[in-house]
Amino acid sequence: MSSPVVEPAPLLQVDRVGLQYRSATAVVQATHDVSFDVYPADRFVLLGPSGCGKSSLLKAVGGFLPPAAGEIRLDGQIIRQPGPDRIVVFQEFDQLPPWKTVLQNVMFPLLASRTLGKREAAERATHYLDKVGLTRFADAYPHTLSGGMKARVAIARALAMQPKMLLMDEPFAALDALTRRKMQEELLTLWDEVRFTLLFVTHSIEEALVVGNRILLLSPHPGRVRAEINSHQYDLQSLGGVSFQETARRIHRLLFDENQPAAAPIHFQDVRFSY
Amino acid sequence: MPFDPPVRAEYEIALTPLADVPLERPLGLWHRIWQQGWLRKSVILLVLALLWELAARWQNNDLLLPSFSQTALAFVDGVVTGELPGKVWISLQVLLKGYLIGIVLSLILTTLAVSTQLGRDLLSTLTSMFNPLPAIALLPLALLWFGLGDNSLIFVLVHSVLWALTLNTYAGFLAVSDTLRMAGRNYGLRGVRFVLFILVPAALPSILAGLRIGWAFAWRTLIAAELVFGASSGKGGLGWYIFQNRNELYTDKVFAGLAMVTLIGLLVEHLGFNTIERLTVKRWGMQR
Repeated sequence: MSSPVVEPAPLLQVDRVGLQYRSATAVVQATHDVSFDVYPADRFVLLGPSGCGKSSLLKAVGGFLPPAAGEIRLDGQIIRQPGPDRIVVFQEFDQLPPWKTVLQNVMFPLLASRTLGKREAAERATHYLDKVGLTRFADAYPHTLSGGMKARVAIARALAMQPKMLLMDEPFAALDALTRRKMQEELLTLWDEVRFTLLFVTHSIEEALVVGNRILLLSPHPGRVRAEINSHQYDLQSLGGVSFQETARRIHRLLFDENQPAAAPIHFQDVRFSY
Repeated sequence: MPFDPPVRAEYEIALTPLADVPLERPLGLWHRIWQQGWLRKSVILLVLALLWELAARWQNNDLLLPSFSQTALAFVDGVVTGELPGKVWISLQVLLKGYLIGIVLSLILTTLAVSTQLGRDLLSTLTSMFNPLPAIALLPLALLWFGLGDNSLIFVLVHSVLWALTLNTYAGFLAVSDTLRMAGRNYGLRGVRFVLFILVPAALPSILAGLRIGWAFAWRTLIAAELVFGASSGKGGLGWYIFQNRNELYTDKVFAGLAMVTLIGLLVEHLGFNTIERLTVKRWGMQR
């Protein structure tokens, strides 16, 4: 699409990362030797079946889970701990402190990280609340909002921080199908305006194709890189199109049918309703 | 032959705006009045007072059980002469000192417990050792250490507040969800700032429960301690007032003193804790 100028440097480098979980009785290998690069303004999706370590990878990028092997670099700096330059949007609704109003919630990271003073924080928070269409609810408490509105607040809060990266861990998985579709659409519109860099975890092939411009496929247990696939050509309008369906089928084959390539008949229903 | 449901004709309805159906209607007057908690509780108090009056009349022995009206008279008399408020003031001063010191110590202990393994062990060992120990049992020891005076009382008060509050606060901290913790760390909060900005507000329902229990424990301990040695400190509080009047067989004044204790309990519960709850955890949807 763009003219071949100088190749930009990757913003995030995940370099041969192995992640481990320590339970009471054993050490569980979550991912093994995973490498990928995320470039500025990417909408990079981690896709895989449950137990492939995609959420663990996101937590490692967030700085919550130190890698057992390899390293993760943001702008060349090794990630060692959580920080406000990578704001995470979780799936759970209780990520918004219930004792703060919507506006205070959006201001909270700005004040807690001492990025801005109170007045500037309020101004910026109001700006981003307007972007997600929640100006009317600025003084409401989170428990009075619907699930979709809470997800919007979480996104506004993340954008207001203007982080180097936005990390989203299945942010729409707890929403109903209609709201999820709307949120995907709004996220793409916001990206069009702001051009943030996004790392997005999902287990829905359809969502990955719609939201992402590049998809990393992870194999289950322990997670290893299976493929990287381009999906910048798809958006919500391409749902159900022939090329969209073919790519979805290809991803499905890569994820699930490793032992019997292409022989088994694949029903598209399995793909569409996999989430 | 499989059974198929019949195929029916489709239809569409163009919806017009609802004009004549009200979306909400007010509750009846009686319902609204009965919704007031203070009214329901006042009715309960009235019924209890009536039962008391009847029981006292039937028993007919002022020395053992003065009637409600006699107690009320003694109460009003005590308030008018300023004797009761004075005693209450003495008791409350000591009580608040012990209560506040207990809260501060408890916050330090729980902050230590959430930040270090050793702090956790310290907290669990200390609470399991001292929580079952009745505060009043420490009074003889406190008298030995701090002498006859407020300091001994404050010591036992701190003991009665500290462990109940610490147990509740720590349990509340543990119940804070992982997502909220991660969100807080994500914003760059750590150490004391993390405790103050994330853990304390998130655990506020448990902390308030602990403060309530601590308050009740402190009251009981204080009155009991004053009954035991209030005289020796020179200026006794409410417990001493009760004890003294019992010695002089002014049973109605004993009852007035007891009524004062329960009245203060009611006031603190409703004006204090309930107001705090309404303005915080209830408003935030953290508690029904």
